[in-house]
Amino acid sequence: MNNHRPVSPWFKTLAASVLAASSLLAFAPAHADLRAFACEPEWKALLDDLGDGEVETYAATTAQQDPHHVEARPGLMAKMRRADLVVCTGAGLESGWLPMVLRQSGNARVQPGGAGYFEAASVVTLLDVPVRVDRAQGDVHPEGNPHLHLDPRNIAPIARAVSARLAQLDPPHAKRYAARQADFDRRWQAALTRWTQQAAPLRGMAVVWHHRNGVYLARWLGLKEVGVLEPKPGLPPSAGHLSTLLADLQRTPARAVLRAAYEDGRPDAWLAERAKIPALVLPYTVGGDGAKDLFALFDVTLTRLLEVAR
Amino acid sequence: MRFRSVLLCLLAPFAALAEENPAPAARAGFNPDISLILAGGYAALSNDPANYRLPGFMLGSETAPGPRGLALGESELVMSSNVDDLFTGRFTAAVTPENTVAVEEAYVETLGLAPGATLRAGRFLSGIGYLNSQHPHVWDFADAPLPYRALLANRYGDDGVQLRWVAPADLFVEFGGEWFRGENFPAGGAGNNGQGAASAFVHVGGDVGAEHAWRAGLSALRSAPVGRLSGAIDTAPDAFTGESRVLIVDLVWKWAANGNPKDRHVKFQAEAMRRVEDGVFTADVNGANGAPVADAFSSTQCGSYAQAVWQFVPRWRVGARYDTVRTRELAAGANAALFDTQGHTPRRASLMFDYARSEFSRLRLQVTHDRSQPDAGGEVLVQYIMSLGAHGAHAF
Repeated sequence: MNNHRPVSPWFKTLAASVLAASSLLAFAPAHADLRAFACEPEWKALLDDLGDGEVETYAATTAQQDPHHVEARPGLMAKMRRADLVVCTGAGLESGWLPMVLRQSGNARVQPGGAGYFEAASVVTLLDVPVRVDRAQGDVHPEGNPHLHLDPRNIAPIARAVSARLAQLDPPHAKRYAARQADFDRRWQAALTRWTQQAAPLRGMAVVWHHRNGVYLARWLGLKEVGVLEPKPGLPPSAGHLSTLLADLQRTPARAVLRAAYEDGRPDAWLAERAKIPALVLPYTVGGDGAKDLFALFDVTLTRLLEVAR
Repeated sequence: MRFRSVLLCLLAPFAALAEENPAPAARAGFNPDISLILAGGYAALSNDPANYRLPGFMLGSETAPGPRGLALGESELVMSSNVDDLFTGRFTAAVTPENTVAVEEAYVETLGLAPGATLRAGRFLSGIGYLNSQHPHVWDFADAPLPYRALLANRYGDDGVQLRWVAPADLFVEFGGEWFRGENFPAGGAGNNGQGAASAFVHVGGDVGAEHAWRAGLSALRSAPVGRLSGAIDTAPDAFTGESRVLIVDLVWKWAANGNPKDRHVKFQAEAMRRVEDGVFTADVNGANGAPVADAFSSTQCGSYAQAVWQFVPRWRVGARYDTVRTRELAAGANAALFDTQGHTPRRASLMFDYARSEFSRLRLQVTHDRSQPDAGGEVLVQYIMSLGAHGAHAF
């Protein structure tokens, strides 16, 4: 008896407006040779350098945001929809939001496994790969520690791989991308030599981290980790844990408490005041603490650390 | 020796490329991703949930508040994985505290069918409204708001196909259309030869600066229920056959300090819903209490809710919700007495307080002043929701 019910007029109106709006949007003009979606500001900075003006870049997160915990916002989906290349850290750093954004964008060009999807973790040897994966240990990443961009020696192979992707996706500009990458590599190696010399006084300096996002930096500089504010990765510092840490610091003193700009500074301040050591905010990524590009990121980081080393 | 080092230098870039693994590292070791949601709690209800009614409404199954006292919630088992480079699949089984298993969702979806387009087939929760497609474990309150409870029997999900398309624009604009079997409330009986419901929706959203994000939606669901059961479904059900049309407007707005929701954030959401039904209502369709009474039925019923949740320090949130439903017009002929609103507009006010030890666990306290029925009641709900296994990404 219901097979031939007429479709209601407002349903028709809605369908018609959907069609009208979609036809308008379908013919919206599109520009730029290549659109790149970077999950973190460090990869946007790298793409800006390697793209040589041919690549329109967008960073999904800022230095003030914890890249583990942004939301799969409609704004991100709109950007993902039009991206030709996605450059992310991987190693589970973005697993709380990126899979959702990728899937809901319906963009076949950037799905994992294809040329339009790149994870920096795929060309770097990861540290802190857990022997045991158990959430009782906190939010551990089975793949290893994902904060890999803080060892500048990791940047060069990532730059090579990203540049190769740009050339693959935009063959007419392949030569330009290759030349730009060679130039970047030269500048990066020169900077690396300079940083290594500057950082000599930091070797063996004892520090306390807020979150274990400095392990790559520590390995590169030879910093000694004597404590972490988070009792377990991803769990905010508790009063009990902070007191234990303070007692530990009486025996093994540290030179500074270090955190990224996106982390809550109150526990750092509490500990720093009682342990009578400075609490430092490191830029962590491009855009933090005035670090305008990848070179400045390490310049500023070293300046901050050297100030307390003296 | 010298030759060898030169060769190594030349080959180094290629070696780096060869090491590059295009498969995302995040998938390593989990194929498919499996997660299990465990939920349960305690309910103190001043009104007996066995007598729960919303005056003026015929309720679908499982719409009454849960039992009093200690009780297990629904345990959900979720498995998902990419099938190959073109398809992805997801399966959600819900095991109820009464020891029944229901296939809540089981669908396959394309990964980039045409630019921006995604096709889904199987059983899934409809994309209408904002809350409809969310599983209970991601709700901010322990129960569904009244418009969902009264007009959609908590939420509409069914067997069908869905096509979504995201426009290539700076603003997020998504269009969707669905075609369903029409088995579940507000549809029913798989009318129209097993094509008993269809929907269309539009979502628009974006960012305002680094701290604000929003999404607005307009959705419509039309169904042709045949013998849709309501009321005392287990003992003496009533049935409705006819046409049901639902229109939903939804808005979600989120603010996060420095765009960093882990620290402090506010989430505001509101939805308004209107359901128009036209057909034949048969009271006591099985004649359990005498003879069935069939008569023409038409109604226009509305509902809305608004809620805000504030995470004031990491891990701790408070929230408030107000929800209401209203009967605008109703004609039920011989069955009019069943739909007597008693001059009452059902409404509730709830306060919520919760704590998340990590993103995998949540403990919640909810207090509700319940005026669903003319005699006001109070509810205190204590709830835990824990997720084991793979780290699922949540929708906005």
